[in-house]
Amino acid sequence: MSLIHEIDYGTPASRSETMVTLTIDGREVTVPEGTSIMRAAMDAGIEVPKLCASDMMDAFGSCRLCLVEIKGRGGMPASCTTPVAPGLEVSTQTPRLKDVRRGVMELYISDHPLDCLTCAANGDCELQDMAGAVGLRDVRYGYEGDNHVKARNNGEINAKWLPKDESNPYFTYDPAKCIVCSRCVRACEEVQGTFALTIGGRGFDSRVSAGMAEDFMSSECVSCGACVQACPTATLTEKSVIEIGQPEHSVVTTCAYCGVGCSFKAEMRGEELVRMVPWKDGQANRGHSCVKGRFAYGYSNHGDRILNPMIREKISDPWREVTWDEAYAHVAAEFRRLQYQYGRDSVGGITSSRCTNEETYLVQKLVRAGFGNNNVDTCARVCHSPTGYGLGQAFGTSAGTQNFDSVEFTDVAVIIGANPTDGHPVFASRLKKRLREGAKLIVIDPRRTDIVRSPHIEASYHLPLQPGTNVAILTSLAHVIVTEGLANEAFIRERCDWSEYEDWAAFVAEPYHSPEATEAYTGVPADLVRGAARLYATGGNGAIYYGLGVTEHSQGSTTVMAIANLAMVTGNIGRPGVGVNPLRGQNNVQGSCDMGSFPHELPGYRHISDDATRETFEKLWGVQISNEPGLRIPNMLDAAVDGTFKGIYIQGEDILQSDPDTKHVAAGLAAMECVVVHDLFLNETANYAHVFLPGSTFLEKDGTFTNAERRINRVRKVMTPKNGYADWEVTQKLAQAMGLNWNYRHPSEIMDEIAATTPSFALVSYDYLDKMGSVQWPCNEQHPEGSPIMHVDGFVRGKGKFIRTEYVATDERTGPRFPLLLTTGRILSQYNVGAQTRRTDNVVWHAEDQLEIHPHDAEQRGIRDGDWIRLASRAGETTLRTLITDRVAPGVVYTTFHHPTTQANVITTDFSDWATNCPEYKVTAVQVMPSNGPSDWQQDYDEQARQSRRIAGKLEAAE
Amino acid sequence: MSHDTNAKLIYMANQIATFFKSQPQDEAAQGVATHINKYWEPRMRRKLFQHIDSGGEGLSPLVLEAASKIKRPEAA
Repeated sequence: MSLIHEIDYGTPASRSETMVTLTIDGREVTVPEGTSIMRAAMDAGIEVPKLCASDMMDAFGSCRLCLVEIKGRGGMPASCTTPVAPGLEVSTQTPRLKDVRRGVMELYISDHPLDCLTCAANGDCELQDMAGAVGLRDVRYGYEGDNHVKARNNGEINAKWLPKDESNPYFTYDPAKCIVCSRCVRACEEVQGTFALTIGGRGFDSRVSAGMAEDFMSSECVSCGACVQACPTATLTEKSVIEIGQPEHSVVTTCAYCGVGCSFKAEMRGEELVRMVPWKDGQANRGHSCVKGRFAYGYSNHGDRILNPMIREKISDPWREVTWDEAYAHVAAEFRRLQYQYGRDSVGGITSSRCTNEETYLVQKLVRAGFGNNNVDTCARVCHSPTGYGLGQAFGTSAGTQNFDSVEFTDVAVIIGANPTDGHPVFASRLKKRLREGAKLIVIDPRRTDIVRSPHIEASYHLPLQPGTNVAILTSLAHVIVTEGLANEAFIRERCDWSEYEDWAAFVAEPYHSPEATEAYTGVPADLVRGAARLYATGGNGAIYYGLGVTEHSQGSTTVMAIANLAMVTGNIGRPGVGVNPLRGQNNVQGSCDMGSFPHELPGYRHISDDATRETFEKLWGVQISNEPGLRIPNMLDAAVDGTFKGIYIQGEDILQSDPDTKHVAAGLAAMECVVVHDLFLNETANYAHVFLPGSTFLEKDGTFTNAERRINRVRKVMTPKNGYADWEVTQKLAQAMGLNWNYRHPSEIMDEIAATTPSFALVSYDYLDKMGSVQWPCNEQHPEGSPIMHVDGFVRGKGKFIRTEYVATDERTGPRFPLLLTTGRILSQYNVGAQTRRTDNVVWHAEDQLEIHPHDAEQRGIRDGDWIRLASRAGETTLRTLITDRVAPGVVYTTFHHPTTQANVITTDFSDWATNCPEYKVTAVQVMPSNGPSDWQQDYDEQARQSRRIAGKLEAAE
Repeated sequence: MSHDTNAKLIYMANQIATFFKSQPQDEAAQGVATHINKYWEPRMRRKLFQHIDSGGEGLSPLVLEAASKIKRPEAA
């Protein structure tokens, strides 16, 4: 093992198909037109010295180190900013170039501290490398006089010197070491798209400035780490590198946060993780990262991690540590007892979207082969299950249609019910890059999310609809497209069922679907809807990106169908730049669905009633599989309340915090006799557990995650599991204790079984993934290299199906008692229920959930910014602090659900999507009023949680 | 909404009917039945039939129309 060194070509690749041949240092080189001389040289293996250039950003031409000479041209042009031309004869090393470069380096070094031995970048410093490359032997100017290096000059205060900025928890900014190459500023602009950094001053006074000469923490910086990665010196350095030192080996793996699925190099020293650096060859992230994947991994060795299995008889007892064998035997005996006593269908399991495909596959296999029923579900139930249903109906597969690279070809992006800058930040950066290149943007969201208007980005249309009226708006958009003759009839005739289209077109053309008619309840002015529809239908490649603001509604599935209709009616399917793109929440929510985690489906989305599919697995597993669908999570909880569901094995999901109507979830869990929680921490659900099995982190196991673009990425083990076992091993041992003859020696063997049984994974193996980097399913004989774009030559189901989408108002209505609508979402620095991010320094950005409320609504209630308020719905009440903002419309309030003390889901109701039971998190009628502090429920809950986390013989575990 | 699981089941069945009511009429009842057959666990269907058999109060007419096409689970 060694450290992976990626080649930096200095400038981005050119997309041109016209090739140009030139000569560099006597070698003939052929490259695409538009390539820089610097990149062409690197292609030929010739490294031109450089400091300000990086292939992550456009050429800048400021460091004057990459000069070359070109025969027949005067002077010494910078190779980064000079494009190739046919027949050029370039020299990268001549006596004149050597002198000039050495002179330039001498000037740099004359204003740079010479503490190389104790510098954090020692061993990873491009300035040092370049000094070596140009043969710098002497600095004739001395270090006296004007400089940025010393705090004092001859006893006098040096006004040019600035102290280190250590305000960011993860990296430091040391202005004394800055060479003003602007790489950080350009990374912030071009890669991340935040524009938090700039160069202040001019000439010798020039320096990097965060915001308006603020510290990094006070500036707009989102801590994505792109600047740190770009910095050629120790000016911007990870605090972990300062503390530990330089890494000695690295392993490519996949981030375990959101559904973007970024590839990272885990840079290690022994088994200690030094830092996570985004991998340029990662096909989802292309070398970029966000604050979570880049920095927020500290939870993996947080003191709260539970490392020994534990058991208790009653949930009011303290936990008792036991051996693994005792724990397995106990669970096996309990589940067998429950099945004997209450029937085969009285137990079930929940697979985790946080775990690997292989682990998920094993949990559903344990339920189907070991428990003998189909009571298995996964957290996709509460997020993207309507996507599966809706796209399955319309296109014949639940798959999102594009890869992330597709956005580079999009002309009109439509974002519906998603907040990518917070929820899917690396994708958002790629989208913003495309928007800055001129693509247009339509945002359909009750809130004015950051992407609506931010530096160098402005949506052409923002449709601030009332929560719950998605179907009405989307059907209105279709109305405009159809009635104004903007439908792509050629596409529809070729690719869709024409009679279904005619039926649907007549339906949407009804006057009551017109924007003028729907305006009354959507709250969106009709002219905005008309404008947006025209832009999407006529603006070139139109791509729809959507999130949980679409799915988590009573009409979630209908909304997904409405989105599919829009894509089909405009012909925006089947090529780069277009499509229907569900932005998935969790790292492996796509994979957990693929692996047969739903109670009605075997791996590969094949219905449980299909005899041939069942037979495949029955033969392999040597068991009979029930042909009846099992219970979904909400159904399990209902059945538990009814007394027919008694035991559950929950791997890596915190349903008590993440699922709606907390009181109902608690009642369901409390009614069960054996709740087994397999997790890193004593999460909220564990308050109701009888058995706790310690889990392992993504750093501690091998496996695969499948991201939102269906990309199967390798997860690679970089350290020994602190709890002793990877999660797949625990499930296997549990299965063995229940009498199943499982003997997987490595997750690759599990993947082999998946490939053997699931046609869309037929060619997938660890060897193949190592060879390809990653593949997007379907990956089989027909698509040996995977499938970046779906439905290229026709829909999976044959003809695309237009489906009528009638708007039905949710039964969750506002009224005199609950006049406001609450909608929920995420924030950049925190992730989901926060179990991981709350256990990192990310809390400095978001220490508590806040209620966003419009100034008008706040004023009416006598509420000031930061006040404690009571938030009440028909389901329950809680308290939190306010944030007064006009990002939300009057009548709408918003909060996040990252903190268990807030218990936002005490408020949400158990209304759900008609087709999939996906909860309606996004619409709850509430009232807001001033309050003095935590509600009785919060205090009771806190006390109960504290009690239930006691471990016999140990001090009380602090959250 | 109450925690009465029977009421919830009726509500869910009616929600499904509401969607299919808006679809072409000749597909509506079959649509409801197919959906329930594909996604409802037997004990949910059993409860639904218990309710239908005892009069089906509160159920949408489309659910009642679909009932003959819904798979009746074996007795528990």
